Amino acid sequence: MTFEEVKELLIAKFGQEVIVQEEPNGHQPALIIASKSIAAICLELRDNEKTWFDYLSCLSGIDYGVDENIFGIVYHLASLPYKTTLTLKVKQYHDRSRDELPSFQTVTDVWKAAEWHEREAYDLLGIRFEKHPDLRRILLPDDWEGYPLRKDYKVQEYYNGIKVD
Amino acid sequence: MESTRYQKLISNIEPTEMILNMGPQHPSTHGVLRLELITDGEIVKEVIPHVGYLHRCFEKHAENLTYQQTIPFVDRLDYLASMNSSHAWVMGVEKMLGIDGDIPKRIEYIRVLVCELNRIGSHLIALGTYGIDIGAFTPFLWCFRDREHIMNMLEWASGSRMLYNYIWVGGLFYDLPVGFEERCKEFIAYFKPKMNELNELLTGNQIFISRTANVGILPLQTAVNYGCSGPMLRGSGLKWDLRRVDEYSAYPELEFEIPVGKGEMGTTGDCWDRFKVRTDEIKESVHIISQCLERLQTDLKRTPDFDPRAKLPKKIIPKAQDYYVRAENPRGELGFYFITDGKTEIPKRVKARAPSFCNLSVISEISRGVLIADMVAIIGSVDIVLGELDR
Repeated sequence: MTFEEVKELLIAKFGQEVIVQEEPNGHQPALIIASKSIAAICLELRDNEKTWFDYLSCLSGIDYGVDENIFGIVYHLASLPYKTTLTLKVKQYHDRSRDELPSFQTVTDVWKAAEWHEREAYDLLGIRFEKHPDLRRILLPDDWEGYPLRKDYKVQEYYNGIKVD
Repeated sequence: MESTRYQKLISNIEPTEMILNMGPQHPSTHGVLRLELITDGEIVKEVIPHVGYLHRCFEKHAENLTYQQTIPFVDRLDYLASMNSSHAWVMGVEKMLGIDGDIPKRIEYIRVLVCELNRIGSHLIALGTYGIDIGAFTPFLWCFRDREHIMNMLEWASGSRMLYNYIWVGGLFYDLPVGFEERCKEFIAYFKPKMNELNELLTGNQIFISRTANVGILPLQTAVNYGCSGPMLRGSGLKWDLRRVDEYSAYPELEFEIPVGKGEMGTTGDCWDRFKVRTDEIKESVHIISQCLERLQTDLKRTPDFDPRAKLPKKIIPKAQDYYVRAENPRGELGFYFITDGKTEIPKRVKARAPSFCNLSVISEISRGVLIADMVAIIGSVDIVLGELDR
């Protein structure tokens, strides 16, 4: 299925408002999805026999910079039967306050592969995933402070009494 | 905050069960992987992998260095297959610059040649160390003996034994040294019968089959859902190889088969199948190398004026875009996701999708209810490299 056909399929099923924006140009055209429907859309794309995006290649958490204060997730899907790929994005404004983390729906129910990728996004960027079964840090120690891949990250001076260089 | 599955598992442990830590210093975990096993006698009830002991902030480094400067870091992700990793990185950058069509054929063939040599070297380690895990010491020595030839050749070409920094954006560090093709041909002639010897010694060995067949069965549906790739996915019976799917570099012009697991000794997707896929892939790589050498010695022969750095861009500043590149590494799909702003030589964000990372995440699913001894067989068959898993 081409990019346009996937878009039409999603609009027919979920309505116009689920696609916030599209990036049709470039090497890999992408759809920006309303973040409250991302899990439902992923499930539909996986199970619809016209798309069959049964493989989650990559899930990346993104901090789009201190000027915009936008956090996002990029999903790279692949369909093994049809050998096609698709890029989906969700974005959200967040003011970087420490009390509450930016939060997105989890897609672990759709692809189990997302579980560790989402833990990594939580670990390195401080993005929460609602209803994620096991949201813990994965690469860094459990008592690490801050989220290193955020654009405003300052490394802590001491970690367990050891100076961090 | 609601309690995580990990907390629930640990707090609901029965009085008859015991928590056993396997690793981070354990010979069969192939590096610094720690597995927390909940055991009932010899039976493994649950496996909880803990990773991150080798985290070296690759993605943070990549956000502070130019594309060319990051290549040595990319080599250190999967340190057993550096050529393949840097090939993927370079292909992504070239595609973003729009120069991927201008790379001379000779360079593409040299890249494929060194990548396939590296793939054989990587698989030889996987097979040899797997033998040790199971209790067979001799195959390990045989594999390392043969791998040494590959290391020597790649050292001759690039100057380094494991971490090459040989494939550059737009070209190569150096052309192949004079006489490399002939030496490589000799190696192929030497190596071909060695694979049969290894198969006779290990793959068909009854003790080995008893230890690996019907152990750690990974059904295809599970493999796909967990994002497994490479020999893990092919061992479960699916013909999925990005060299054929994406047809990148010189692969469309080369002939090779995609070996898949067929369940010859037990069930499709067991440890033995994954092992067999790797041995068969080595044979296919040898076939690819022969074809590359054929071309490199005839129509793509070395000429005195050939400069492998001729197409190197002076400044690498891709247009503002985001791009996900994927390539078939010995362990599976290696992907890099770039976001560029079009103004600087430094990417805004790089995410590395490591094949071992996804392959390992399935381990708790396939090892519930196995014996602790089988646990060792399962970890070895996943063939992880902690360098890329932890990044």
